[in-house]
Amino acid sequence: MAKEKIEVPKLTGKIEIPRIKPGAALVCEHHKAKEQMLTELGYPSALVENWQEKAIAKMRELLNKYKSLKLYLDVCVRCGACTDKCQFFLGTADPKNTPVGRQELLRKIYRRYFTPAGKLLGGLAGAEDFTEEMLKEWYAYFHQCSQCRRCSLACPYGIDTAEISMAAREIMHSIGLGTKYTDEIILKVFNVGNNLGMQPKAIKSSLDFCVDEMKEAYEEKGITNIDVKIPMDVEGADILLVVPSADFFASPHIESLLGYAKVFHQAGISWTLSSYASEAGNFGMFTGSYDGMKKVASRIGQAVRDLKVKRLVIGECGHAYRIAYNFWNTLTGPFDTLDPKYPVPQHICEFTYDMIKRGAIRLDKSANDEFVVTYHDSCNVARATRMGDMPGGQFEIPRAIIKACCNKFVDMPQETIRENTFCCGGGAGLLTDEMLEIRIKGAMPRMQALKQVVDSHGVNFYVLICAICKAQFTKIFPMYGFPMDMVGGVHQLVSRAIIL
Amino acid sequence: MLSTCYTFSAYFAIVIFVLGILCKVWKYAITPNPLKISLTPAPTNAAGVILRVILDASLFNSLFKSNKFIWLGGCALHLALLIVVASHIRFFVSPVPELIMLLQTFLQSIGIFIGAIFLAPIGYLFIRRVWVDRIRFVSIFADYFILILLFCIGLSGITMKYFIRPDLVAVKTFIMGLISFSPEPMPTNPIFITHFTLILILLAYFPFSKLIHSVGIFFSPTRNQIDNSREKRHVNPWDR
Ligand code: SF4
Ligand code: SF4
Repeated sequence: MAKEKIEVPKLTGKIEIPRIKPGAALVCEHHKAKEQMLTELGYPSALVENWQEKAIAKMRELLNKYKSLKLYLDVCVRCGACTDKCQFFLGTADPKNTPVGRQELLRKIYRRYFTPAGKLLGGLAGAEDFTEEMLKEWYAYFHQCSQCRRCSLACPYGIDTAEISMAAREIMHSIGLGTKYTDEIILKVFNVGNNLGMQPKAIKSSLDFCVDEMKEAYEEKGITNIDVKIPMDVEGADILLVVPSADFFASPHIESLLGYAKVFHQAGISWTLSSYASEAGNFGMFTGSYDGMKKVASRIGQAVRDLKVKRLVIGECGHAYRIAYNFWNTLTGPFDTLDPKYPVPQHICEFTYDMIKRGAIRLDKSANDEFVVTYHDSCNVARATRMGDMPGGQFEIPRAIIKACCNKFVDMPQETIRENTFCCGGGAGLLTDEMLEIRIKGAMPRMQALKQVVDSHGVNFYVLICAICKAQFTKIFPMYGFPMDMVGGVHQLVSRAIIL
Repeated sequence: MLSTCYTFSAYFAIVIFVLGILCKVWKYAITPNPLKISLTPAPTNAAGVILRVILDASLFNSLFKSNKFIWLGGCALHLALLIVVASHIRFFVSPVPELIMLLQTFLQSIGIFIGAIFLAPIGYLFIRRVWVDRIRFVSIFADYFILILLFCIGLSGITMKYFIRPDLVAVKTFIMGLISFSPEPMPTNPIFITHFTLILILLAYFPFSKLIHSVGIFFSPTRNQIDNSREKRHVNPWDR
């Protein structure tokens, strides 16, 4: 990361396509994973001597294992439709941060070693040798992709740059090159069980503290009979709730956790957290490693069986919901022991929405009257999952909950929400201090969109359902001149509005 | 000599074209999808997914939503290709069916227009590629090469149609000879030879180039997977 002070883009309310600045983002690089981390994860402890050869071999393996990779390397026509879609290009102006620019870094190597045209004609066919400079570019740019899939939506062939970034990251890992941030977190899950590395005791005391505080707050308002609980490791409960570990501890995440607890309490359904499966997130995806992802996910299947629950519900977290929705069944299923009447897994928003529709919980909208609310569709939820039975339920259900909880709601401009939403700028392993410059710039398009509704409608509360987005925005908002406590969860609104 | 040479080259190019595409299709078909990666909102049943892919392949639906300028150029180019190929059918079948004859008369009447709609989008896409800095940056030589190749094929075709007309009967005899495996002499009109050569290059290059997007589009997992991960368990074939 550059040493000088980072320049924060000016907010005009407009998202403009910049003129290109080649190499502008090359200097923004993750800290590399330490030797002992890599060893512990089963990778070579440092860049291996014959890294080129090893990398090509790994690429060959992946080409045979992933249809997406093979196909997407072949079919891109460089039409350019994706070039203005990536928030990291819009923010940094570096053309290697356009989706196709990013893909080309891998495609050049693919052509050189795997296609007749590239082997024969080299540069004329767009092929390039895997040099050290190229590896440096790989390390920088493939870790500046948040796997948000905004490019895939725009592409006439659905080319998903995330698939290519994941492959590149896995190849780099196989030759001894990983990022410290992501690897550290994966090891914490392997060794302790969650991204924050919180031991069960610490989780328990944090939860107790949080419940006590909530009761006190109600008591101050003269309400004394609150017995909302946050149970942990209760065998035989109906529902196992898996949340991102940030919900145990961080702000504003914990406010949503209280929201979930109150909904379950009012619904009168027994539920439990698990100290073993104390993490919904799965940074295995960020390294592209199928095995890593599977090992992280295995805790979920285990907890479902151990606690003998009937339903599985997942808290507010974007990439976690993607993995839960699309991958858990493959990675740690089948979930035969669960009640087939309910979706497996179910998003907490689906659960809450259902309770609202059935009248099982009652909400007082006026509790949120101080807010003009807008909603940020988290990229993974928007473009990789569904809620409810209808396609697009992932947009409607959270909005329906919000509208049931407050009187004033506005959406940001159409081209920045729903399936067109932007990533927060902190996804897929970017949420670390040394990448702050990329995070600030990657958040720019979203900040511009927000600026519009702040100016036109006086929006003062920005809700969402992703732990990474919450952490990213609370850090980035003040830099753009928005107050930090403007960021909150959907269930934070529920928590305030619910009548106990 | 010329005829033998071209007869062999033609068979060679066609064999590469067909086998090349079959190899690709085979490869795409057998490479597994370890995980569900459909891009949502996505259809929740097979019929919906088929419609989604058809709309993308025929009307370039996704491209329309993401970039109208490129969509326009792409549509014009592909439509022109379709018309031009259709207007060549008469060289490949004998006798020429009624319907093709009808089409032919129609095309004849708007002839110059067809030449224009073929060359114009190529020019447009070329200029766009050079003009827009971020698209120029990601373009490789092969991208320009295809456009130039198509442009030259079009140009030689138009030249034959309006300026230096080859002996059409000889052309048809030659082509039918190829089709029936009883080679006939190659017409010696230089423009025809150029036109024909370029087409053979295009055919042989096709499977190794980005033109393979034409078959690849049907295999794209983000578009052709059904959004039913929760309803139906997806099994990773290499991790049972
Ligand atoms: S939109 Fe798709 S085909 Fe076009 S340049 Fe981007 S990745 Fe390639
Ligand atoms: S997946 Fe998102 S972050 Fe990655 S290249 Fe595409 S648009 Fe950019």
